Amino acid sequence: MSAESPTLEQTSGSVKTKATVNTLSRVGKYTASRLITLFITVVIGVYLTILIANMGGYVDNIMRGEIREGIAMRLSQDQNYKNMAPEDRQEYVATLVSQEEKRRGLDKPFAVRSIGFLVNALQLKLGRAINMTSDSGSRLVSLIILERLPATLLLMATSNLILFFAAIFIALSLSRRYGSFIDKMVVGLSPTSSAPPWFYGIFMILIFAAFLKWLPFGGMIDSPPPAAGLPYALSVLKHMILPVSALIISALFISIYNWRTFFLIYSSEDYVDMAKAKGLTDRDIERRYILRPTLPTIITSFGLLLIGIWTGAIITETVFQWPGIGRATFRAIGLYDTPVIVGLTIIYAYMLAITVFLLDFIYALVDPRVKVGGSK
Amino acid sequence: MKSLLNNLRELRRYPSSIAALVIITGLFVVAAYAIIKYPYSEAVRLWRGGEEVWYQNPRNAPPLWTNWFSEIKKPVSFALSSESENDAQKTTFVNDRGNTESQIVYTFDYNYDEFPQEIIFYFTGNFVDKQPFASIMWTTPDGREIRIADMGVAAKTTYRFSQDTKLERRVGRIPVMQGLFLDPAVGTENPVVLKGTYKVVVDILTFEPNSSATAELVLHGSLHGWAGTDHQRRDLMLPLLWGTPIALAFGLAASVITGLLTMIIAAVGVWYAGWVDELIQRITEINLVLPFLSILIMVGTFYSRSIWVILGVTILLSIFTGSIKGYRAIFMQVKESTYIEAARAYGASNTRIIFLYLIPRIVPLLIPGLVSAIPAYVFLEASLAVLGLGDPVLPTWGKVINDAQNNNALYNGFYYWMVEPAIPLMITGLGFAMLGFSLDRIFNPRLRGL
Repeated sequence: MSAESPTLEQTSGSVKTKATVNTLSRVGKYTASRLITLFITVVIGVYLTILIANMGGYVDNIMRGEIREGIAMRLSQDQNYKNMAPEDRQEYVATLVSQEEKRRGLDKPFAVRSIGFLVNALQLKLGRAINMTSDSGSRLVSLIILERLPATLLLMATSNLILFFAAIFIALSLSRRYGSFIDKMVVGLSPTSSAPPWFYGIFMILIFAAFLKWLPFGGMIDSPPPAAGLPYALSVLKHMILPVSALIISALFISIYNWRTFFLIYSSEDYVDMAKAKGLTDRDIERRYILRPTLPTIITSFGLLLIGIWTGAIITETVFQWPGIGRATFRAIGLYDTPVIVGLTIIYAYMLAITVFLLDFIYALVDPRVKVGGSK
Repeated sequence: MKSLLNNLRELRRYPSSIAALVIITGLFVVAAYAIIKYPYSEAVRLWRGGEEVWYQNPRNAPPLWTNWFSEIKKPVSFALSSESENDAQKTTFVNDRGNTESQIVYTFDYNYDEFPQEIIFYFTGNFVDKQPFASIMWTTPDGREIRIADMGVAAKTTYRFSQDTKLERRVGRIPVMQGLFLDPAVGTENPVVLKGTYKVVVDILTFEPNSSATAELVLHGSLHGWAGTDHQRRDLMLPLLWGTPIALAFGLAASVITGLLTMIIAAVGVWYAGWVDELIQRITEINLVLPFLSILIMVGTFYSRSIWVILGVTILLSIFTGSIKGYRAIFMQVKESTYIEAARAYGASNTRIIFLYLIPRIVPLLIPGLVSAIPAYVFLEASLAVLGLGDPVLPTWGKVINDAQNNNALYNGFYYWMVEPAIPLMITGLGFAMLGFSLDRIFNPRLRGL
């Protein structure tokens, strides 16, 4: 990709090769330094999350307490334990507790464990969860995450993609009809986007589930689930309508407003007036003179959208009981399940770093004014 | 500064900003009223109070204005105290045996279509050896008299009409509330309420010179007050009122402190340049990787749900975000201007330049951002409360939504419970967002024509 750097402006042959070498070394240097900074950023970010997920040893104490309580509960049912002598009992409890603490790694100091967490996480060895299990009963963090992933991807991809393309499409047509009634209406409605999706969610549940009884309150599938195939898909679709609309409505007007303002600023450039004067059609003007210079921004927000799809929506998923990553995150935190929290964070951090890294190159590809690693 | 005021004066040209200012003023008035009506400690006591505070209210009762939209008028709850002259007439005299007899007459209009849930008498007695004695008589609008009960009054006595099996037999072996409010012309097959003025007379006899008794009549209807009640009999008016100052305080504090700190840090970074600037940029990138909401939830779950802790963490995580880069770009331009050079030439200190020359220059840009950020923080506080991480002692809008959510309010048809806190949230969000939009257009010349 770096070889295609669009800075080859020179025409003469020998200069061209020299320039290519220069470009290559510049791009190489830039790539290396960018990768290193991004990696350090990810390491520090993930380590901070590990520290926060531990709250200065506070969570360790909670877990130790839980272990003691759990063992005491289990032993209170145990007939052999009741027959033991008091000293033996104490010893027995102590061994059980230390075994369990060892299993959870609580016997080592936190500083050591945190480094272990970090190194494993960076290698994407997500390890085992402490309390959570996947629906199939596995404790592997990767399985827990993979099980939730399709639900979140389905919900977030549907809503975010519809939102993204609808907003850009409507914004383009509004920027053409600037000042019209619809335009003013969208501008007037844009403050409604200050409310988050879950807020619209509860109103939608109220109207369409509780009052009209047309759609289900939440969940992802009817219970019992219908046969695989079309009935299954229809059932999921029915459950998707409310959360998807809540996610779209809460952001639609502000997105349209932002894109419209953005396009309007670009369509007041001189070269657009020039194109109009030349008598080009609206379509051509939009495609060549408005969309093209705004492409880097469009791509950036699309890249960030892709990351957003992955993280899910914690509160919206909770309100709609959608079995996705967001709800899994919330549950993991509620169960003090550090491995799951760290696992979710590391994947997010890597995706963000990769996107940020790629965007630099994509900018250079789509915008001839941008030079990879060029002076600022 | 003058141009700032001129700019603000321009707000008058935008109708939406006038609406927004009206809303925001209204919110501050409500907040002030809430704090005056229920001082902080009183609000916390009431919100965390149980039966002893809220015994007068029925559970899950919708607000009384729901009657306006319904054909069937449901009974509204009320409480009448013998100690208040508006509620009851009390006459006292000493009889020939030297005992004090007081008669308390309660009259109330009952023009509803449904029977109430329950009527309860709360007596308090004040005596040394001999308990006061109370007898209750019931008079229907058509003049029938029903003897309810006779009882001794201990220090605290509660008498629930529906739980008295003798009374049930006396009214004809039907539920007591139906028996007392029944229209005899219609019969007991499809019982209908006899509308009109009911009278309850309580005769209290005390046998000691300083002995006394009070009686409070409480009727639990299906509706209560202007806001309704929740599953713990709490009047929702309290969290609705008190949610206002909390939401405003959280939103304003988070937005203003974050905005100012972001601006100062950006200015310091630009001014000192070199490693300071580099460090700020790196911190911003790291902060981008941190999962914001997850961290707030972790702090709420593991550490503390106090609103101040959450506010602090929110501010800390919100400083180093994209906006610091925006300010940085502007400061870079300002730094090169000649008046800064002049300041440097006359030997102004670094702090002087940062705080007196750099920062004031971009205050106009800061204001729309500050106002537009408020709704996000208001909703953030509510979102955390909806996840069950609201401050444990404070009555807030988000907590009411959380309670409603946990008790399946929508499924059970208690719509008011969910809608009432949602509406002030929406109004607050809209108010500040609308003002922010108008300010943005005024202060941001590129948007002015658009």
